[in-house]
Amino acid sequence: MEADVMTHATAAPGWVPLAYLAAGVLFILALRGLSSPATSRQGNMFGMIGMLIAVVTTLVTHQLASLPEIAGALLIGGGIGYVIAQRIAMTAMPQLVAAFHSLVGMAAVLVAAAAYLNPDVFGIGTADNIHLVSRVEMSLGIAIGAITFSGSVIAFAKLNGNMSGAPIMLPGRHVINLGTLAVIIGLIAYFVTDQSPWVFWAITGLSFLIGFLLIIPIGGADMPVVVSMLNSYSGWAAAAMGFTLHNTAMIITGALVGSSGAILSYIMCKAMNRSFISVIAGGFGADAGAAAGPGGPKVDRPYKKGSADDAAFIMKNAEKVIIVPGYGMAVSQAQHVLREMTDTLKKEGVSVKFAIHPVAGRMPGHMNVLLAEANVPYDDVFELEDINTEFGQADVAFVIGANDVTNPADKTDRSSPIFGMPILDVDKAKTVLFIKRSMGGAGYAGVENELFFRDNTMMLLGDAKKVTEEIVKALAH
Amino acid sequence: MDFISQLSIFVLAIFVGYYVVWSVTPALHTPLMAVTNAISSVIVVGALIAAAPTDWSSAKILGLVAVAFAAVNIFGGFAVTQRMLGMYKKKEKK
Repeated sequence: MEADVMTHATAAPGWVPLAYLAAGVLFILALRGLSSPATSRQGNMFGMIGMLIAVVTTLVTHQLASLPEIAGALLIGGGIGYVIAQRIAMTAMPQLVAAFHSLVGMAAVLVAAAAYLNPDVFGIGTADNIHLVSRVEMSLGIAIGAITFSGSVIAFAKLNGNMSGAPIMLPGRHVINLGTLAVIIGLIAYFVTDQSPWVFWAITGLSFLIGFLLIIPIGGADMPVVVSMLNSYSGWAAAAMGFTLHNTAMIITGALVGSSGAILSYIMCKAMNRSFISVIAGGFGADAGAAAGPGGPKVDRPYKKGSADDAAFIMKNAEKVIIVPGYGMAVSQAQHVLREMTDTLKKEGVSVKFAIHPVAGRMPGHMNVLLAEANVPYDDVFELEDINTEFGQADVAFVIGANDVTNPADKTDRSSPIFGMPILDVDKAKTVLFIKRSMGGAGYAGVENELFFRDNTMMLLGDAKKVTEEIVKALAH
Repeated sequence: MDFISQLSIFVLAIFVGYYVVWSVTPALHTPLMAVTNAISSVIVVGALIAAAPTDWSSAKILGLVAVAFAAVNIFGGFAVTQRMLGMYKKKEKK
């Protein structure tokens, strides 16, 4: 077995492994570039060069006679991808990323299946005797790829609104999921001793099933974790196939993407003070759907209701305003009019900053992209830990479409399901202006926000975009 | 390349990934996801190998479909990342 791996490796010219290594290094530099917006575009260029090197190297060391049909596949796929990338709305970014993850997963499944059907081409044995290590690697590749695919399809459907964001709970789902997972692992072990087709396709089918089962009980607010987790899986699938193909570029990339997704999941979980296991177990936000319904709890506590004119007056006379955007801003596409409001206030000499909670929106960094789209300079936008102490000196905290991430009960109420979640301390500002659709619904976590009923809070009820437009008009007077 | 060498590369790359990703500014987490998506399409290498033989077989067809899927991701992923990164602007100095 060792011997023919060696002949396979020496069959390719000596520069080939170096070229794949160079591609891997360029991918590392692509991620390194993202440490600052200033170097990020150069980083992205490194990534593209790395991909070009990997593709060209593979093409010239394999049969170029097949080039016409390969070029056709590259052009069709590439054309579709490019057009989608140019046309997609920035607010639709979470579902686009989920869709792209599903494609990586499916590609991994197809490559693993091709390697199983035609192992000679990949140098991993013969059709009736695939190397034992390769069997483990390819079955892991197809299993992770299939989970990534079906999980991402569900995540896409939930984010895109084809499917309700509310968690769907099957009775006995933990038993079903763990059972399915155990069978998949058992089959992978058995595949080493018996490479019959039924074993391979059973692993594939069950993996598609469990990806689906894992994601349907997870609610909309937990999607940032799910999207990051699937990002991680797509990396591990690529790495497993890299082991099968003895390809350095794929192994390095898989490890990078896998750890990147895992870190993002960790950051998201930490920002919600929840464990990864509890997110994956699902069901969070189940009550919110009920509370937001027409029969939701009646609010009879007194609160202060303000108009756009009041809000404009308060902010015009403020020295310092901090804006807290959330998912509601994305839904009503209020980012552009919000920037207009910011510009007007700045002309009046008001200092305006933005504060972003790590889990605001539906994917990591969602709010930052939307604000960047609306031409808000990135040095006006701050992360939670960098700005939280400033709320004490702020005259106005302007909360637009965020809720749970501002709830003071997260710090004080031990019975709250989101107790311990780090929040933006908007309640420390002199005045809190809170834009909300209506007083009826609670946040995604199903928790009433204490903030609404405080003396220094003024509620501005209505669609985020409309209310902000009215404020901009009122500011002009 | 033997399994242990591959595993060494894999483990070291996880560490590199760990430190590089922690240094990514949170403001760029969405572009990070888009670009990791694009680079994980390096799986296209496996798809190209499967599609390379001149004789038509089911493995070759699977390979070609995988090439097309990965290509959507490569072009789409890098292009959308570039588009997003182009929007991040610094404050204009007066």
